[in-house]
Amino acid sequence: MTINLLTTQELYVLSGVFLFTIGLWGTWLHAHYVRKIISLNVMGAGVFLILIALAYRGKDLLPDPLPHALVLTGIVVAVSATALALVIIRRLEDERDE
Amino acid sequence: MDAETLWTLFDLLLIISLAVLALVAVLSGDRRRSIVLFIIFGLLLALVWARLRAPDIALAEVAIGAGLGGALLMATLRRHQQTRDDFRHRPAWLQWSVGLLVMLLGTGMAWSLLLVMDAQPADWRLGAEAFAELDNSGVSNPVTAVLLNFRAWDTLLELAVLLAAILGIKALGKPEPAYVSENAFRDLALWLTPLLVLMAGYILWAGAHAPGGAFQAGALLAAAGIILRLAGKPDGGLPHNETALRLGLALGTAVFLLVALGVILAGNTLLQYPPDQAKWWILLIETAATLSIGMTLTLAFIGGSPTLAKDAA
Repeated sequence: MTINLLTTQELYVLSGVFLFTIGLWGTWLHAHYVRKIISLNVMGAGVFLILIALAYRGKDLLPDPLPHALVLTGIVVAVSATALALVIIRRLEDERDE
Repeated sequence: MDAETLWTLFDLLLIISLAVLALVAVLSGDRRRSIVLFIIFGLLLALVWARLRAPDIALAEVAIGAGLGGALLMATLRRHQQTRDDFRHRPAWLQWSVGLLVMLLGTGMAWSLLLVMDAQPADWRLGAEAFAELDNSGVSNPVTAVLLNFRAWDTLLELAVLLAAILGIKALGKPEPAYVSENAFRDLALWLTPLLVLMAGYILWAGAHAPGGAFQAGALLAAAGIILRLAGKPDGGLPHNETALRLGLALGTAVFLLVALGVILAGNTLLQYPPDQAKWWILLIETAATLSIGMTLTLAFIGGSPTLAKDAA
């Protein structure tokens, strides 16, 4: 049982690390800003996944609510940062076209 | 097959789909495909949150991450006919060395995280303390208790971050011409909008004892705003009066600050509500925050002040 719980948690933590690295790669190499933002959001999803997996206590126990609150905050901040970034990109494109 | 094996199979299936979606969303040469896959990725991620017993986050992910984030990204596609973007124009040595670097970083992260999980007993985290104090928090949903009582300070600052972001959007952005849909969608909007407002009210109230809360409710309000805009109301239901708009955007942060100040004046430390009143203070803050979050996210989708749009028209 203990071994099983550990592997579930570890499995999700490792997928979080995978999402983070693939996102970082995309953020670095993409030239178009919208693609950079998508990659950055994939990176963020990886961080959220690591936090939530660390809070997981198995199917029969309540998880740790602190990382949950952190991630909830994180999702909202990420989407507002994305919205601001998209507006800035649009403005940049407008200036370039003029 | 026993239940454990089925769970493991489900986990593997979920993780593999998630990884493949992320990989294709990042690597694909077509921006349109990348955005659509990113939205599906968000929906799948919500399933992961539900699997890891984080229903509050699953709700927020569907409404905010996949829903609103997806709508924002989709809206950028209207400006460009050409959606091919290739990172392969980067020199091969750069692609390989960046790949090697992030792989090293990922291996390092995985290794240290596995060490940490191995070394620490499962109950070393602050969660135990949060559960011990839950009865004094005024709510019974532990995530809401952390967000609006134990760590209310963080949530206050988060609302300030949201306010700062929307100020930037208002200052920089010009509203895009609204997309006008067919009549069928307008009829749908007619009954979908009040339903969404009703759902927002329910989710807000339920947040005290079940998954839900101000952020999810605010996102539902914003969804109503976006639907209104798509159905031919370019202001998304936001007030045209600039003062009313600004007041609405600042309401959440303002009420939060006033409560914080009032609590200090009553002789407690910052945001330390008396336990018997905590429930009502939390409800007051969350109601104000829901309105502000809904307006903020709607305005973010419009991409600039709707009053400006009226002047330009």
